[in-house]
Amino acid sequence: MAVIGGGVVGCAILRELSRYRLRLVLLEKEAEVGFGTSKSNSGIIHAGHHGAAGTLKGRLEWEGNQMWDQLAAELGFGFRRCGELTVALRPEDLPVLQQLKEQGEARGVPGLAFWDKETIRREEPNLHPAIEVALYAPTSGVVNPYEACFTLAQNAAMNGAELLLEHEVVSITKVEDRDVDGNGDTGNGPLFVIRARRQGGEGEAERVRVREVVARYVVNAAGTAVAQVAAMAGAALPPIIWRKGEEYLLDKRLVGIVKRTIFPCPTPTSKGILVIPTCDGTIMVGPTAHETRHSDDRATTFDGFSEVFAFVQKLVPAISPRDCIAQFAGLRTVAEGEDFIIETAPIGRFVQVAGIQSPGLTAAPAIARMVASLLEDEGLRLTEKDDFRPTLPPPVRFGQLSPEEQAALAAAHPEYRCIVCRCENVTEGEIVAAIKAGARTLDGLKFRTRAGMGRCQGGFCTTRCMELLSRELGIPMTAITKRGGGSWIVTGRPVPVGDQGAEGEMSSANHMRM
Amino acid sequence: MSEVTNYLCIGCPIGCRLTVEHEGEQIKDITGFACRRGRDFAEKEHTDPRRVVTTTVTLAGGQNIARLPVKSEKPVRKSEVPVICQKLQNMVVQAPVRIGQVVLPGATSDGINVVATRHVATS
Amino acid sequence: MQTTCACDVAVVGGGPAGLAAALGAKEGGAARVVLFDREKEAGGILWQCIHAGFGLHHFKEELTGPEYAQRFLDQARAAGVEIMTETFVLGIDADRRVRTLSPAHGMQVWECKAVVLAMGARERTRPAIHTPGTRPAGVMTAGLAQKLVNIMGFLPGRRAVILGSGDIGLIMARRLTLEGVEVEGVYEIMPHPGGLNRNIVQCLHDYDIPLHLSTTVSWVHGRDRVEGVTVTPVDSRLQPVPGAKGRFISCDTLLLAVGLIPENELSLQTGLALDPATGGPVVSSTMETTVPGIYACGNVLHIHDLVDYVTEEAMVAGWYAAGAVDGRRPDTIRLVRGPGIASCVPHTLSNRVEREQVIYLRVRQPMENCRLHFGEVFERRLRYAFPAETVRVTIKPEVLAEFPDGDLTVYLSE
Repeated sequence: MAVIGGGVVGCAILRELSRYRLRLVLLEKEAEVGFGTSKSNSGIIHAGHHGAAGTLKGRLEWEGNQMWDQLAAELGFGFRRCGELTVALRPEDLPVLQQLKEQGEARGVPGLAFWDKETIRREEPNLHPAIEVALYAPTSGVVNPYEACFTLAQNAAMNGAELLLEHEVVSITKVEDRDVDGNGDTGNGPLFVIRARRQGGEGEAERVRVREVVARYVVNAAGTAVAQVAAMAGAALPPIIWRKGEEYLLDKRLVGIVKRTIFPCPTPTSKGILVIPTCDGTIMVGPTAHETRHSDDRATTFDGFSEVFAFVQKLVPAISPRDCIAQFAGLRTVAEGEDFIIETAPIGRFVQVAGIQSPGLTAAPAIARMVASLLEDEGLRLTEKDDFRPTLPPPVRFGQLSPEEQAALAAAHPEYRCIVCRCENVTEGEIVAAIKAGARTLDGLKFRTRAGMGRCQGGFCTTRCMELLSRELGIPMTAITKRGGGSWIVTGRPVPVGDQGAEGEMSSANHMRM
Repeated sequence: MSEVTNYLCIGCPIGCRLTVEHEGEQIKDITGFACRRGRDFAEKEHTDPRRVVTTTVTLAGGQNIARLPVKSEKPVRKSEVPVICQKLQNMVVQAPVRIGQVVLPGATSDGINVVATRHVATS
Repeated sequence: MQTTCACDVAVVGGGPAGLAAALGAKEGGAARVVLFDREKEAGGILWQCIHAGFGLHHFKEELTGPEYAQRFLDQARAAGVEIMTETFVLGIDADRRVRTLSPAHGMQVWECKAVVLAMGARERTRPAIHTPGTRPAGVMTAGLAQKLVNIMGFLPGRRAVILGSGDIGLIMARRLTLEGVEVEGVYEIMPHPGGLNRNIVQCLHDYDIPLHLSTTVSWVHGRDRVEGVTVTPVDSRLQPVPGAKGRFISCDTLLLAVGLIPENELSLQTGLALDPATGGPVVSSTMETTVPGIYACGNVLHIHDLVDYVTEEAMVAGWYAAGAVDGRRPDTIRLVRGPGIASCVPHTLSNRVEREQVIYLRVRQPMENCRLHFGEVFERRLRYAFPAETVRVTIKPEVLAEFPDGDLTVYLSE
């Protein structure tokens, strides 16, 4: 059983399937899971009332929404039900809010309520004074999407799944059965032979760099590359487009400026530019929604920046671009008709999960269950393991502890006495634990521990994080990357002249003007 | 036939554009300065430009650091800066090191030493 | 779990400001002065500033950063300052309790008669200047590159573009060149250079590195690692000139030297007031913040151009912190920024003390042959005033005595 794609959907599927007696493998082209679109996700668990009736999006949003509390409790990632407020900026927004409320109530979403001017002022005093009506949805939440990916994958691995990172699928061939297990059992129909190229192994012979994975069942959850992977298997999908979203993260100084996620009224293609109180106390604003022709277009733009901050002024006037500490962009994969595609391809035993735009994160756990049931329909036997372990030990977040808890921890464990990241108060103990849990890159550390995610953006802790990665993984500093592939951070110094026996190569000082 | 060379005065943030008119080594005229310091700077920069060289050399066995900061004890002729840097690039200094310790004696033609600018204990 | 300790003066941060403040506190008569520094060795950023140019005012000789640091370390040790290295300050409250964490002692709470804040500054980053484009590895602040090159012995890349012509950017242009990295050019969004002429001549002209004014990086290219940048000329509003075609430069590194921000996150825990003009605390003529017994100096207070001024200001802070227990008469004059003045430290003065008071100012626009006024009481002729350079004014006690209580406007005129 192979899952292609380690975004939040692939990770949720992998973890769901790891409950059963299966040989599971995940193929992910990036250096760590969640490094594609999921890392740049807004991190909102939608309330359950956004998707229209009769759509997969609508059904799975609400189903998924209800699964996050248990997941967060089991896996320990950041999650908070902070509620959301969809505000009316124009009179014509009112019927849309009314429709959202009705469609949520029809689905059973509790607590939806209209707020008047007084309630808005009292609960969210920093909203624009012109906002007089809003729809409140208490079931909405925020989650750290990258933490969800890491912990889902980590938990799946703990339960036997194999993670093949920096493995990009290059071909999928359906062949007649051969005796893969070596037990003479060949009576189970065709097999998929998946060839994946290992990234970062430049210089090695092609045969070393290509790994072959044989699977009876395949899930294609390749995100932005879903159509490419589908085509490899001869299971073409309807046209897919990409819609880019730029996000801007603001300094913690603004903590509390909004208590709930603030939405404008949605349009047919986007939920609009939001103000999001993240789990970590920062405020995030965005995303934009613009179609792009390149599946790896993750650039932030001057126009996107202007659009976001100009719009946010209408929601929360006190937010200024001066507080921006990070900027990033991600791509939504959009299928024709705007709904999710979750179906078994006609070639059989090949389940495709495509067009997972918003509310894909919210829906991910529900998508995972749906995929499991589609696989079962295809003949996959789902026998629960007796020894499935659903929980991970809760991670230490030194910076979020009370002074008393910090003192106790430091007294008992010397590794929590050394602060590595001074903006977020991340200790050496947390960094080392993150490396043990699978962090291989600076971004992997950052998204697991917040080291380098604060206001100095790694200006101070980068070198220390590199030293710890080098020490724990036994690799040289020059082999450390930001996010895998060719994203190296430092190079060594040139070899001294005497050693290489060539002249002129060394001394740039020769360029000195006389 | 006199030639003209321009210099940017480094005496203060005004940054006067100094012009030295000269025939070979012989300075005929200096213009563009607003104060005595500018005039002196132009003369010195034209006849005997010097710089304090600061760079690092490879350090073996040092505590916490991999590079030893060094400097020329005195300003050296500008033309000799690349020569010194080249010599230093091939050196390895063994810890411990004391501040002021001579790392490269007589690095220039006029015998200026290159010295360490910090203490380093052994790791 | 945690131990409680007591001291007279606690200094937070062991860079040039912290070392001088600790020394000042000893000279001011404090019995127990404890300095906390999170690194393995106090000295701060000076260790990586291996270039010369420090100490011309204070020591009357030109030292490199490490030499300057070593002198102060030696003096502080000789004076009996307790230097606690690898010690991270987690919290400070208005009652002058400092919570520290260190491998040697775990968590400790220090009850202090006075606290001197000397945490320094951090560098502005790419998101702070909103440079668009991709987000590959290879975009880093100049200070981080300086540490990699000068301390750790690595190079940030092979071919670099530097954005920002402040002194750190210029110094790094020379450093990288000397270490074998090709520096394509230095780009500055403002119409004038940010650093000293001395550095433009000795770091750029000496090595034929071009400086492009009124130009900024408008796009970063590259998926994994920087593959190049696009630079574009800007107009007087610092926006890309409409219709101007950018120029692509192939490089693997973009160094940012785009300014420093005082690091006041700890300071704010005490509830002190910040001055938006400096980004640092509001302080009296004794460098005391608006929270009694808590002092500030160095880059945490305002961004300095010369380490010598840091030293001078920090000695004052430390000296008064040592006497913090004694009752003092508060300042009676409030300095108000008038035309031409971008910032002014300290924020108040006393006209009842028998000592010189030093005021550090920054101006808004370059000016030559101008006059600096303190109300209508006192004026000083300035041959020049530049935004990048601190204007330091000493006011003698006899002049101060003339100053009236209340608001005093500081302004520049032709």
